Amino acid sequence: MRGNGEIVKIKIENLHKSFGRNEVLRGVDLEIFSGESMVIIGGSGAGKSVLMKCIIGILKPDSGSIYVDGVDITRLDEDKLGEVRKKFGMLFQGGALFDSLSVWENVGFGLRQTRDLSDIEIRRISSEKLRLVGLYGVEDLMPGELSGGMKKRVALARAIAMEPEIIIYDEPTTGLDPVMAHIITDLILDLKYKLRITSISITHDIHAAYKIADRIAMLYKGRIIQTGTPDEIKLTTNPIVRQFLYGMTKGPITDEMEIYRRET
Amino acid sequence: MANGSRLISGVTAVGASFIQFCSEMGCVFTFFIKTLKYLFRRPFYWRNLLKQMEEIGVRSLPVVAITATFTGMVLALQSYSGFRRFGAESLMGTVVALSMLRELGPVFSGLMVSGRIGSAMAAELGTMAVTEQIDALVTLATNPIQYLIVPRFLASTIVLPILVLFADLLGIIGGYVVAVYILGTNATVFITNTTKYTVLKDLYFGLLKAAVFGMIIATVSCCQGFNATEGAEGVGRATTRAVVYSSLMILIFDYILTAYLF
Repeated sequence: MRGNGEIVKIKIENLHKSFGRNEVLRGVDLEIFSGESMVIIGGSGAGKSVLMKCIIGILKPDSGSIYVDGVDITRLDEDKLGEVRKKFGMLFQGGALFDSLSVWENVGFGLRQTRDLSDIEIRRISSEKLRLVGLYGVEDLMPGELSGGMKKRVALARAIAMEPEIIIYDEPTTGLDPVMAHIITDLILDLKYKLRITSISITHDIHAAYKIADRIAMLYKGRIIQTGTPDEIKLTTNPIVRQFLYGMTKGPITDEMEIYRRET
Repeated sequence: MANGSRLISGVTAVGASFIQFCSEMGCVFTFFIKTLKYLFRRPFYWRNLLKQMEEIGVRSLPVVAITATFTGMVLALQSYSGFRRFGAESLMGTVVALSMLRELGPVFSGLMVSGRIGSAMAAELGTMAVTEQIDALVTLATNPIQYLIVPRFLASTIVLPILVLFADLLGIIGGYVVAVYILGTNATVFITNTTKYTVLKDLYFGLLKAAVFGMIIATVSCCQGFNATEGAEGVGRATTRAVVYSSLMILIFDYILTAYLF
């Protein structure tokens, strides 16, 4: 199910990004279709977060291109980039709620910045978005008063408040208990059907990936090494992907690690 | 041999921290330019500016007031014991007023505010940076420099001269109280000599200095906080650096301003 007749929403070409001598992305190529749910899996330090931040324009890649609706965002200046960013919503790993603002002000933050709405109107829309993620009567609480799962849900409400065309989930289930992790993945699925938006998730939670993905891409050492539907990925013959999926301690991933090589 | 290598490692350590200071200041300078670029661009966050002005002003007032009063008092004591040796006690008021207005008011207030506000700014922005709140601002169509830095920069530049005005006043009053009520010098002489030898320019220079110190504190501290990485430890480091570097910059700029502008 790729939706909307396979229109390419985001196209990433030969993307490179280094921090000092540390090459994080070494030529990422990826296409994401309109309306699909793409999940990028990969180990810690594979460059998933850096890739996300390049897509949304927080980090500037060293070379390569990222096309969003056909526009190469790596060549835009800050003002034009700001316009493109309005197409995106992002759920950060720790929620990244603003500590000094109440829940409804957090959810309505983007609306206040971009649209000329009264406080009453913003509050009304915020409550509506909070209901979408299953929260009632929390509008006036401060982020410090919320549990981890609630924070994530408020952050989710904030990410969808501006009705983005593309939503990015950064480790949506990390740090949550199994039940809450399921609730969040169900919410993501629910939003996918309700809002029909393109989504990119990054995770190392395989079960969540199978559940929410239309397609899965594996990022390894700064490159995409395989892309496919969950079923295709499950039947992969690629030894690196296999080791990652089944969490085996012996295989090409661990062979690459200095620490294991020295021990054996 | 051992002495030689110890000398070299000593020189290396000094050199390394000097290079680090310079590169940090380069970073601060580019940050300053970015802030200027967004200074008068829409949207302007009035609410944030007022909140920061209140924060900086109200939070610093007690500590600045106490520092200034005691500085004025001790200045009177010291100048009395010095001037008595050649019978020039009558000039005490002049010394107290000139020192407070031109030098001690702005510098001491600047140093106290950098400790009080610089650290708070760096810690707050640092926490926002490591918890991705600054990235979140970007994704919510808000420029973090405009939203977070410009209000702090303007607030600190506006409020510091006001604080220094208070400091000057309290310092001179402190000096007067010690001179007249404790050391028993003549009140009229103190006041006439104070007003006779100080000109309005002395006050303006001090306030101008204060404004520059305000810019330094905000820019250095915000830059440190904004670029904080690596969790709680990184925030701690940013906070310490904010205070150390802004204090150093205040002292350096104090000399430059005094030598070349006044």
